[in-house]
Amino acid sequence: MGKSRQKRGQELTMYGKISGETRKKSQTVFVYAGIVLFLVFALFPIIWILLMSLKTDKDIISSVPKIFFSPTLDNYKTLIFGIKSAGSEISRPDFILYFKNSLIITTGAVLTSLAVGIPAAYALARFKFKLKEDIAFTFLSFRFAPEIAVIIPIFTIYKMLFLYNTYIGMILVYQLITLPLIIWIMRGYFEDIPVEIEQAARVDGYSWLKVFSKIALPLVKPGLASTAILSFIFAWNNFIFGLVLGAKETFPATVGTLGFISYESVLWGQMAAASMITILPEIIIAFFIQKYLVSGLSMGAIRG
Amino acid sequence: MSSRKSMSNKIVPYLFILPALLLTIGILYPFLLSLLYSLTDYHLGSPVTKFIGLSNYLRLFGSTYFWKSLGLTLGFAAAAVTVQLILGLCGAMLLDTDVKGIKIARSLIILPLMMPPVVAALMWKVIMAPNGILNYLTGLSQYSWLGSNSTALISILIIDTWIYTPFVTVILLAGLRSLPAEPYEAALLDGGSAWFTFRSLTLPMIKPFLILAALFRTIDSLKAFDIIYATTKGGPGSSTMLLQVKAYFESFRHYNMGYALSHMMILWLVIFFISRFLVKNWGKAVKSAARN
Repeated sequence: MGKSRQKRGQELTMYGKISGETRKKSQTVFVYAGIVLFLVFALFPIIWILLMSLKTDKDIISSVPKIFFSPTLDNYKTLIFGIKSAGSEISRPDFILYFKNSLIITTGAVLTSLAVGIPAAYALARFKFKLKEDIAFTFLSFRFAPEIAVIIPIFTIYKMLFLYNTYIGMILVYQLITLPLIIWIMRGYFEDIPVEIEQAARVDGYSWLKVFSKIALPLVKPGLASTAILSFIFAWNNFIFGLVLGAKETFPATVGTLGFISYESVLWGQMAAASMITILPEIIIAFFIQKYLVSGLSMGAIRG
Repeated sequence: MSSRKSMSNKIVPYLFILPALLLTIGILYPFLLSLLYSLTDYHLGSPVTKFIGLSNYLRLFGSTYFWKSLGLTLGFAAAAVTVQLILGLCGAMLLDTDVKGIKIARSLIILPLMMPPVVAALMWKVIMAPNGILNYLTGLSQYSWLGSNSTALISILIIDTWIYTPFVTVILLAGLRSLPAEPYEAALLDGGSAWFTFRSLTLPMIKPFLILAALFRTIDSLKAFDIIYATTKGGPGSSTMLLQVKAYFESFRHYNMGYALSHMMILWLVIFFISRFLVKNWGKAVKSAARN
């Protein structure tokens, strides 16, 4: 494919020909203005809710939105310890339970998908066998189906098998999110390993299992980490499975945040704090592994 | 010895894939059940379920609610994909530069994409509330963006755009960065205008990525549920009652499981045909981009 454009200067990347210094300068200003506009749009809601989570109820409902106020951690305290803030507030310590549920379900789902999906991805990348592409396409096609279409029969089956409102049931249904993702992305990483390396090991008398565990697996480790994290995020963000197949004992945090809105009142401050706590793991991940995440995301999308 | 080896070579792939395959069969089973259930009068409250053939579908096709919901779903998806592709391409081209601080901008811009859509929707619900900051900034007094017939769906479109434009941006940025340099060098020598370069070089070469982003956004926006459930629950009236939301209320509020599933089978077909159309065009675009 030749030299990719990213190694070239900015002049070539988007403007075609650039004649003089002045024009370049004005274009840089234009680029900055565009990026700032984009960032304001992308970040304003998050910052606004962060501020809201640090406000008292009186500051929140003030008719002129307050940018300057004396911050308080009361909303977070109420959320975590269930203490009463400002006298009359109802405490919702169950949010911590929802957060814990999210951790258990999401981690369990990702680990299960890794255990089952990595060997499958390897087989799809390396072996020739009957119905291979059909099986691969079946994994992918789960994405096409509307969730409600799958949830109704699963709900019926879960009620029968006593899987409704259990962690195991949740982890199983979350495979719909994590398994296709892991299989499709990992298949790509396995395909990128030069076949010769593995053939040499085979000649040396390694069994397939050994080639897989001693040679292929260590080579895809970085890809594996980013794929696991990407599927963690997708699972963490899910809402509809928990809403329908869980109850108070197994609700994930995404369902829990909705609990602050009821017919009588909306606990704005606590809802904002809960939102912040829910996105916390993802913000942390975003900052630490951003580079891998973007490549994983585009790869995941491009491959499947 | 050697025949045993080749035997084991035949079995090994299946052994590797077996656990995933079992799980997949476990997942496929409910898929088949859903088709079957859509042909019955399955109701959570009633003890017996009867096979009623295509009755659910006939009832569906005679219902004005269904046609309205289907229309809203298709319109919403078309608008969402169009707006997000345009904004996403602008974003990708802005980020495909090497100005100072671009790396930080690249990582900050994906934040909306990382958070749960439900939480993002709640954030916007706060912003769009009658006493929210959006009214303060636009000078409207106590206007309910999500509670008014005329703006509810547009408000949901704004939230959807906020969440998913970064997704399109990430895909297109990866695409832009993979383009070959030679055609641009030639264009530079020929002295073509920026607009000409964009239209005759960038756009055709980025087309496969555009179609891919469109494919994923189309599938997901046709299935829109989370944002609507967290904000309007299909209201006011039925002005934001897209198909999946309608099927949710039909099934888990009114317990008409069979009838709800007939909605979903139609939506499934719609998604299938639109996806197939896009995948075909994607193949064509890849070929013609390779020729370039």
